[in-house]
Amino acid sequence: MTTNHTTTPGPAVLPIPAAAARIGTVAGSVVALAGTFLAWTWTDEFPGDLTVTGYPGGLQVLTLIAAALTLLLTLSGYGIRGLGWLTPGGTNSPVRLLALGTLGTTGYTIGAIAYDLGGAVNLEPGAWVSGIGALIATVAALGLPGDQPLDRTETTAWQRFRNSLGAPQAPRAKALPSWAEILIIVAAFGIGLYVFAYGIDTDYTELFIGFLITVGFAFTALHRAGLVSRLTALTAKHRNITLTAALVAAVCFPFTQQKEEYALIGANILIFGTVALGLNVVVGLAGLLDLGYVAFLGVGAYAAALVSGSTMSAIGVEFPFWAAVLTGAGASLVFGVLIGAPTLRLRGDYLAIVTLGFGEIFRLTVNNLNGNSGPDLTNGSQGIPSIPDLNFFGFDFGLKHNILGFDLGRSANYYLLMLVFTAVVVLVFRRSGESRIGRAWVAIREDETAATAMGINAFRLKLLAFALGATLAGLAGTVQAHVNYTVTPEQYQFAGSVPPNSAFLLAAVILGGMGTLSGPLVGAALLYLIPAKLQFMQDYQLFLFGIALILLMRLRPEGLVADRRKQLEFHENDQPGVPEPRQSEETGTGIAKAGA
Amino acid sequence: MTTMTTTKTATTVLDANGVTMRFGGLTAVRNVDLTVNTGEIVGLIGPNGAGKTTFFNCLTGLYVPTEGKVSYKGTVLPPKPHLVTQAGIARTFQNIRLFANMTVLENVLVGRHTRTKEGLWSALLRLPGFTKAENASRERAMELLDFIGLADKADHLARNLPYGDQRKLEIARALASDPGLLLLDEPTAGMNPQETRVTEELIFAIRDQGIAVLVIEHDMRFIFNLCDRVACLVQGEKLVEGTATEVQSDERVVAAYLGTPFEGAPGAEEAVEVEAAEADAAKTATTSTEEEDTR
Repeated sequence: MTTNHTTTPGPAVLPIPAAAARIGTVAGSVVALAGTFLAWTWTDEFPGDLTVTGYPGGLQVLTLIAAALTLLLTLSGYGIRGLGWLTPGGTNSPVRLLALGTLGTTGYTIGAIAYDLGGAVNLEPGAWVSGIGALIATVAALGLPGDQPLDRTETTAWQRFRNSLGAPQAPRAKALPSWAEILIIVAAFGIGLYVFAYGIDTDYTELFIGFLITVGFAFTALHRAGLVSRLTALTAKHRNITLTAALVAAVCFPFTQQKEEYALIGANILIFGTVALGLNVVVGLAGLLDLGYVAFLGVGAYAAALVSGSTMSAIGVEFPFWAAVLTGAGASLVFGVLIGAPTLRLRGDYLAIVTLGFGEIFRLTVNNLNGNSGPDLTNGSQGIPSIPDLNFFGFDFGLKHNILGFDLGRSANYYLLMLVFTAVVVLVFRRSGESRIGRAWVAIREDETAATAMGINAFRLKLLAFALGATLAGLAGTVQAHVNYTVTPEQYQFAGSVPPNSAFLLAAVILGGMGTLSGPLVGAALLYLIPAKLQFMQDYQLFLFGIALILLMRLRPEGLVADRRKQLEFHENDQPGVPEPRQSEETGTGIAKAGA
Repeated sequence: MTTMTTTKTATTVLDANGVTMRFGGLTAVRNVDLTVNTGEIVGLIGPNGAGKTTFFNCLTGLYVPTEGKVSYKGTVLPPKPHLVTQAGIARTFQNIRLFANMTVLENVLVGRHTRTKEGLWSALLRLPGFTKAENASRERAMELLDFIGLADKADHLARNLPYGDQRKLEIARALASDPGLLLLDEPTAGMNPQETRVTEELIFAIRDQGIAVLVIEHDMRFIFNLCDRVACLVQGEKLVEGTATEVQSDERVVAAYLGTPFEGAPGAEEAVEVEAAEADAAKTATTSTEEEDTR
């Protein structure tokens, strides 16, 4: 047993002796693992070719990984030397989560095979072996004692189940030599890059869903095991190294992608994430709910398209790219100030509604500047097509280049260009947030009246946040115009099916975590990748998206990546050392003031 | 504690002249004059709804007075809160308005806002002055936290501080703008006698730094201990102004707080009757009235 935490164990969900449960988990995960080496179906009609014995492929690999992790963490629960570091927080709850994950992935695969090929008869014994193994592991894992006590005598199974998935906080880690810490950060980013690239690389829907199930359970399990918080502590300690490692990992990404369309997904995620980060200045730091933010992306994109030398541009000029970027950012800045100056006198909901209106006004105006209903500037609903590719000193972004033996296509080129812009926006976000200006923004968000009483010119600073956010979106827009070849008004609506729109941007910020650096990037990656991979649910996208947001607000209101402040705000009572609301003073008042 | 008499250097810090505030048909503050001199602690008392906080808001630019003007060290104040703070008047709020989700240190740093100049460019490009200014701000903020005794809690979230510390932090945040005049709106509301005494000493210490203080309070013992001069507002008008003893013994003040006696002294029978009724009611009523008083 790991002796890291002294809390008494909670009740198990199922009444199995702990030793037997542990043996059962080990046995089950070994069986599930072994099953992945057998054939799961007889025909290669099911994508991924699960017919080969001795060589797991496709969804089998996911089951294999999940089962291996289950096994590893269960062994760590035995207190085997050298594995204790895996579970500084909870020991049994991660095992339970991973066993559930194994069962989920395997079960999903079995179901998908039966559904796709028309009946369970298409399953080979390997699938049953893994399925039964996973089931045994799950049942046994449910018999392991809980990591945290449940302070109630009468418990229902559901209460025990919920409790059994929770785990206490990991204690503070012993300080390692800094090279080791840095190595851990680098390794973590390497794994992160690999997982992300694997997710983008998934060729067929079944594999992606299996990937989501596995990653979802595995990540939660690692979180419960306390590894995530350990890593966060390390990244907070070495912030510059973390940023560099993240940048390097991001640069490596296009080298892992052979297919053009996947590199394009990467480029689009970056654009989406960058704009979301820009929005985070406005929403997360200054607390201004802007529902028309995508308009600034549009302004930047249109400005860049107009000066790109496109044959359809109303202005027949071709600026060099740096000038086009300045034009796009400048145009967005001007629009940001123009829209911000009147609207920022409003607060809260009123501001949100007015910005929503301005966002739509942009789209409608662009639609009408077609020479018919207005002056011919934007070519109306046709948009500005055939935007030429960029060319830096003879480096044509439209062509395939061979760098270090890797072929980088058009999308990869733009991905790398966009990465430069993302880095700039990250820098701007971080530096502005950690300054006098950033503090003033947060103060305004917290209490505008008190902020003005502290000498902060609230209107000016809000306008500054709005203008800065607009400029950052404009920057991203200039690249977006080139990546997409074309700009049309329909790309810049409030809510649509293609992610960079106002609703999705806001959702990325909220889902990821308001006021954080990595939150909007994570949120944007998820919100882009999931709809892009699950084409079959295109029609239900907004519906599912709504459900996901409701669930998130219910279960994790601070977002996936929690700001230190938000974490404390929403989970105040879980924190140790937080004083109870002062009751005694309230009653003491009456006595003190009796003579008043 | 009142032994320290003001040395009348007679430089006026704050001069409110004929301040009137009307909300539609309601006159919340009517023609109030008030001056505060350097090194003075002036108290502002009055029953609930007398217009004390409204008067404060007029001074700090949160409200624009309908009539009258407010000047600080000879210059008329602009009716914008941030400009008033920049001019040198800092305030606290009756119901604590800290930036709850910022740390204690950050709260004080926000208070430094007007006394620092580092703009967005400086922050983005990390110009040479930036780090220097930032460090200087931090140093000053830590000094202030030391002064109020919260230095060891600099990294706590403001919302997690105990109530008394939150009040103190609000004072530190106000002091961070290097004010010449500090306006305290009920600084001891909700405090126990011990905390009240600590606050009292804190205010004396602030005065000793050469900062004039104008304080609203309901706790009479606190006010009369603390203040060199006390003004009493009743129904928006200044009833009386003078030293603690003068105000304390003024009939009108007593009347404003306790109500006027009946026309003609009550007869002996009535007095007995009233006493009996009071004794009866006392058991049930005391707790609730006390609570009401403190609000």
